[in-house]
Formats: sequence, C-alpha cells, structure tokens
Amino acid sequence: MTEKKNIICRCEEIEIDEIREWINAGYTNFEELKRILRVGMGPCQGRGCRDIILRELSKATGKPIAELLPGVIRPPVKPVKARLLAEDNE
Amino acid sequence: MTVKTADVIIVGGGVHGASTAYELAKAGVKVVLFEKEYLGSGGSGRSAAGLRQHFGTETNLHMAKYNLQVFPTLEEELDTGMPLEFTQWGYMWVAYADSVLAQLQKNVDLQRSLDIPSVMMTPDEVKARWPYLCMDGIIGVAFCGDDGHINPQTLTLSYGHAARRLGATVKTYCPVVKLLAENGKIKGVVTEDGEEWHAPKVLLSAGPWSTPLAATVGVELPVYPERHNLLITEPVEVFDCPMVLCLDDGAYFKQCPNGTFMFGRDDPGEPHTTECSNSAKFLEGVTKSVLKRIPALSGVRVVRQWSGPYDNTPDHNAIIDWTPVEGLLVDCGWSGHGLQFGPAGGRVCKELLMGEKPFVDLHRFRLSRFAENDLFFEPAFI
Repeated sequence: MTEKKNIICRCEEIEIDEIREWINAGYTNFEELKRILRVGMGPCQGRGCRDIILRELSKATGKPIAELLPGVIRPPVKPVKARLLAEDNE
Repeated sequence: MTVKTADVIIVGGGVHGASTAYELAKAGVKVVLFEKEYLGSGGSGRSAAGLRQHFGTETNLHMAKYNLQVFPTLEEELDTGMPLEFTQWGYMWVAYADSVLAQLQKNVDLQRSLDIPSVMMTPDEVKARWPYLCMDGIIGVAFCGDDGHINPQTLTLSYGHAARRLGATVKTYCPVVKLLAENGKIKGVVTEDGEEWHAPKVLLSAGPWSTPLAATVGVELPVYPERHNLLITEPVEVFDCPMVLCLDDGAYFKQCPNGTFMFGRDDPGEPHTTECSNSAKFLEGVTKSVLKRIPALSGVRVVRQWSGPYDNTPDHNAIIDWTPVEGLLVDCGWSGHGLQFGPAGGRVCKELLMGEKPFVDLHRFRLSRFAENDLFFEPAFI
C-alpha cells in the first residue's frame, strides 16, 4: 500500500485527493461524500474535515459555502461509553 | 414548457429504485430515476443492513437466496470503486420461549429443504462457539453462517453509479410532487421544479413516501412509516461477531467489517413518521439490553445514533404489483427487510417492466390481497 500523504479525515484516513476524485465523479455535496468515503462518520463527526471538504465543494460548484448542505452531526455528538448510557437514571 | 420523455420513470432512489435503474439500463432501456435527496437518503441508507435467509415462506426464501447469490460478486460487477463491505459472519435468531423455538425450527426445516445451510443450536453450542455472548435464559437459536452484512449506503449509491454509467439518468435532489394519469393510464410525473416527464411505464419505489404519491392518481396503498433507531460504536478489534437478534425484547447487534458495532432495538411505541429525529430513550434502552448479552462492550464508546422509517404494510410484506392505473408498478412496503432484497427487487421489477416472466411467483405480493383479506403471513419478520 502506498503511503497516504495528505490526510484530511483522520478518523477514517481519507486523503484530499480521494475527496477531489469523488467530487469530479459528480458527488457534489457533503452528504454523498460522507456516505461514499465515511468522512464525518468517525468519532469526531467531521470536526476536522468538514470545513476543508466544504471549501473543496465550494470551489468545484462555484457556490458559496453558506449555500452548501453541511451534513448532520448526530447525538451523542461526543463519544460516550455504552455503560454510562445503560446506567439507571432513576 | 417542454415535456421530457423516457421509456421508464422510477420514483424513489432507495436500493430498489437504484437496482431497477441498473437492471433496466443494462438491458438498454431509457430510464430516468427521481430521488428527493441523495440516493439511499430514505429507509435504505438508514437500514441495519443485515442479510439473511431466515424466512418462513417459500416466496421470501427464493428471493432471499437469490440476494445471497448476487452479493458476493456485486462489488466487482458494479465496479464503481465504492466498497460494499459484504461479510458473511452469520445471522442468529435467539429464542427465549418454547413457542418461538418451535417456529424457528419450522422455518429452518423449510430453509434446509431449499438447500439453505441454516441450523438449530443449543445454548451450550452457542456458548462454545461464541464465548463472549452472555445468553442467560435462552433455550436455543437458529443460525445461518452464509448470512451477513453489507454497507447500505454504498450499495444504493453503487447501483445508481453503475446505472448512470450504463446510460440511465439519475436525478438527485429532485422530488416528484405528483404522478400524472389519463384515461386510466399512467402518463408521467411532475417534479418540484415544475418539470414534466412522460413515460408509458412508471415504477413507484419510494418507501413510505409511495403512499401520498400513489394517492395523486387515486391509488390507495396501505403503507405507512414507522420510525426505527440505530446506533454505532467506535471500532474495536474485529472478531467477526454475527448479527444476533434477541426475540425477547427485539434487541439486535452485530459487528461491522471496520470493527464498529451496530445496536438496534425495536420499540412498538415509536412514532409513525418519516421524520428522522433522535430519541434519548432509545440510547438508554438499547445499551442496557445489548450490554446484557455482550458485556465485553460496556467500555466501548457510542459514536452516533440515527433513525429511519420502515415502510410497513398490515402483513409486514412488500407490495410488488401493477396498480389499477395501467402502466404504474409499485415496489414498496417492505416493512423493515427491504434493503437486503435490493438485488431480487431490481430483477423482478425489470422483468415486469419489460414484459418478461418474473423469476419468482409474485402472487403473494399482490396489492389486492388487503382488500381480499388474504394476507401474506410471514412467520419470520422483525
């Protein structure tokens, strides 16, 4: 395996070139890139890569970042140990 | 306004719509698919995506067997560069009551008569093979080692991607607002942008959104949404944990190929909505129930939860049939087991749309069964 050079999603080890390749293939929003490459699905949910990817999408589509769909950040937002969720809260 | 035309229009870009588009494009048919968001954004991509051949009726088993024949080579066939993450780590149905065990045995007998390699296992056999499972109170399980998992997102996207490559038009973020019919025949669709598309045949495969769309041409579908929740953990070392479905409280869990664990639990109190909101009650209930069966995961972190709609019918089986509006085919109402039927669904819809004989008898899936009170009873649904 070749060494990855420019990783922008550290949770899933995705390079900027992979992002650009799928944007060029016609996937021009964050929701689709997330599902193809898992960017934003890891423990940080895109805290590191989201802004970089949106900038790339803005460049590719000519739309300002404010008009792009930013994707969804899901609960519990920060990873929580399963046993803490399972504890009785009564 | 210019009206655009196609041979076949597909409404709904879930796995069934996408696989049908792929099959039709492969056969040289001019097909256009409309999806209101991205492919798989409805029930398909939100599915737990277990693959199983544990059913209790011949019709479902023939189709399930076909799915499992397709999945092992599908990534190569679609050749999109997206990994489908297909694994065969098995699927287990866990019985906590005698009547449940007896039904599982009946299902397994039928499966074995169709050359599906399912087995019944005792609690001791389960303990010996999967020592990390803590199955207090179980009386037996049904297990099929050929069953497994697939990535529902890349599965749906790959079908769409391959369909495009073969000439299909796949329009995402392009909702259809109504169907058009004239003199009892389907005519086409109107999109939210006001575009009109005409075709002699339309497939409606929009999951729970099929019901309001069918109503625009006077077709009543007994299909309604029901919210279901899932969560995913951080990855841990891969130990091929199969899909385990507990038939006491409906909890289930499995390991995904990247090491993460998926937990789910059915809850009859969930709202009948297509709105994909989140529930804190689910997080507490599902972790409590799953950690009882696999205590080794208690220190693993939960990363994300999400929800998605089942498209339920009164008998929890799909509708695959021509409607009273000539040229309008429906494939929806899979009630929670539709994702894994993407290959079989795409094949039979393509066969129906091209006037060929479907490879399985679809009589049980007919729309009129509800009015005739001749429901399709499937003993193995979740």
